[in-house]
Amino acid sequence: MPAFLLIVITLVAFYFAYRFYSRYLAEKVYRLDPNFVTPAHAMRDGVDFVPTHKHVLLGHHFTSVAGAAPIVGPAIAVYWGWLPALTWVILGTIFAAGVHDFGSIVVSARNRGQNIGTLSGKVVSARASTLFLLIIFFLLTLVNAVFGVVMAILFEKNPGAVVPALIVIPIAVFIGQWAYRMGRSIVIPSILGLLLLYAAIPVGQAYPIYVDGLAEAVGLSVRTTWIILIFAYTWIASRLPVWVLLQPRDYINGQQLIVALVVIFLGVLIGWDTISAPAVNEVAPNSPHWFPYLFITVACGAISGFHSLVASGTTSKQLGNETEARFVGYGGALGEGALALAAILACTAGLGAAGDWNAAYADFGAASGGALGHFVTGTGHFLSNLGIPATLGATFAAVVVITFAGTTMDTGVRLQRYILEEIAELAGVKALVGRVNLLTTLAVLIPLGLALLPGGDSSGGKGFAFGRLWTLFGTTNQLTAGLALSIIGVWLLARNRNPLAALIPLVFLLFMTTWALLLNLGDFFAKGDWLLLVMDAAIFVLAAWLVVEAFTAFNRERRNPSAGAEES
Amino acid sequence: MTDKSLWQRFSDYHDELFMAPWRAGIAREARSEEDVLVALLFLEALGIPGPADYYALELYPDLIEAFHRWHQRMGMETFPEAGVCC
Repeated sequence: MPAFLLIVITLVAFYFAYRFYSRYLAEKVYRLDPNFVTPAHAMRDGVDFVPTHKHVLLGHHFTSVAGAAPIVGPAIAVYWGWLPALTWVILGTIFAAGVHDFGSIVVSARNRGQNIGTLSGKVVSARASTLFLLIIFFLLTLVNAVFGVVMAILFEKNPGAVVPALIVIPIAVFIGQWAYRMGRSIVIPSILGLLLLYAAIPVGQAYPIYVDGLAEAVGLSVRTTWIILIFAYTWIASRLPVWVLLQPRDYINGQQLIVALVVIFLGVLIGWDTISAPAVNEVAPNSPHWFPYLFITVACGAISGFHSLVASGTTSKQLGNETEARFVGYGGALGEGALALAAILACTAGLGAAGDWNAAYADFGAASGGALGHFVTGTGHFLSNLGIPATLGATFAAVVVITFAGTTMDTGVRLQRYILEEIAELAGVKALVGRVNLLTTLAVLIPLGLALLPGGDSSGGKGFAFGRLWTLFGTTNQLTAGLALSIIGVWLLARNRNPLAALIPLVFLLFMTTWALLLNLGDFFAKGDWLLLVMDAAIFVLAAWLVVEAFTAFNRERRNPSAGAEES
Repeated sequence: MTDKSLWQRFSDYHDELFMAPWRAGIAREARSEEDVLVALLFLEALGIPGPADYYALELYPDLIEAFHRWHQRMGMETFPEAGVCC
């Protein structure tokens, strides 16, 4: 089948979804009101609350929610065949992510721009804010652990990507200095920065950087050495002021994201590649089954709770008109779905003949441990369709994922520091409150411990632990989405509106997540993976807690709707 | 209609895309840095000998407004020491 056909099918589905389903949501479910005074106007302060043009807001929202996760998840999930992965990406984006992201903006905007954590305590129950804190703690721990491993795998397999990945740092620092110290437009510096970054790719290939010598000197494996170096960098990066490194890095990611999407789709069109990989793959009997693991493996790209944090944290505070929530929220979800589609294509059509694909996806360990390598190889192939040597194209793809993952870890460690401090305050551990260096060290050491779990190393089980860590990350991400959907559902019910648009994805997600957690429990027990077993059990308790909270809140609102009580 | 050139409009849009996501976080960081600076400079007003006083005396007139905003953020509507600010 021509790969381009999948692009056409997906984009046509997304077009009709935006045209009809998002309009239904806007008119009948969320009932957007063009005359509603959004918090950006009502509470305008020039800092948090600023009315922002809808195109700028979409750009900001989309680049904030899209990162390495919608690439890694689909790159693993095509193990079960491209059809289940693509079906979940399309249906999940249209009926779950769109509702979730759009709804999170609307509910937050209708509640003075409050974030999901505050809203969970207010709309669901007081206990739910503690639940939120704990889910986020696990989410961030797993995010930082998996992205640490992601970067280490890519550095180990693509030593030519080290120089361009390092060049990003001075480029970002320069752009930050130019913008804030010089106070001038960054258009030209940012274009030059991007060109410099791409110029560094052939340089990196000519001068690949290996850490084998260092690894041998300290008696560790190459991947372990990279993981430790990456976490050491993250400690430093997360202690710098945001404008120095994080903001310009994040901005460079946005540019890279657009470039990557354009070149992948263009490469597929020009090369007219066909997909030889099976639509549905007959997997080994001892492998995780696609039902329910597919729905946990592909979180970002189908539905991701992380989006609700962005939607309610910053986007809702900058919404100029309530009707624009549809364009920004639903449109952002579709953009993320398109990125997941690009990852699916790279890991199927990009890998060439069926024999090559079968070798790459021989078992779940190879699929998860090699997922990024497959994406990198596939993207390199698409770039070769555009006349760029495949090895350069592969390094380009590796750099894209590394810069995404690096920025996510920087943000993740910062957020984890705040969460740890909040948990310490709640638990009365005074020794941690206000101790920024100690909190940062803890925020680094906890995921570092997980990232160094045996099995994730090349000398161990071919990255099998990485696949397990990834599914655990997926469960926490889906629980965050479940909490946001509960808030949206309760909010709708309180206004006597049909809550099914939020309720159906909520029930689906909670069912799949708890089922996958239960299956994982048995698996970890059988293998004696005690640390993962404890984490899985803890996340399972949170999932059960969420089910109880959501059910109680729905029941309460069904009997006694409290419409309008909290609206500004 | 605006008389801005196409390039200028693109440049404004582009720079807004750079600034918008981080405006709040950066303003918060700047405020927290200012809080530390002001606290350091005005320790004496709080009855604590300040190690930076000697070097920072000339900054007082420029920072008195900032100090006023600072003590209000710290929960004191008016500063109790006479002759400092409000």
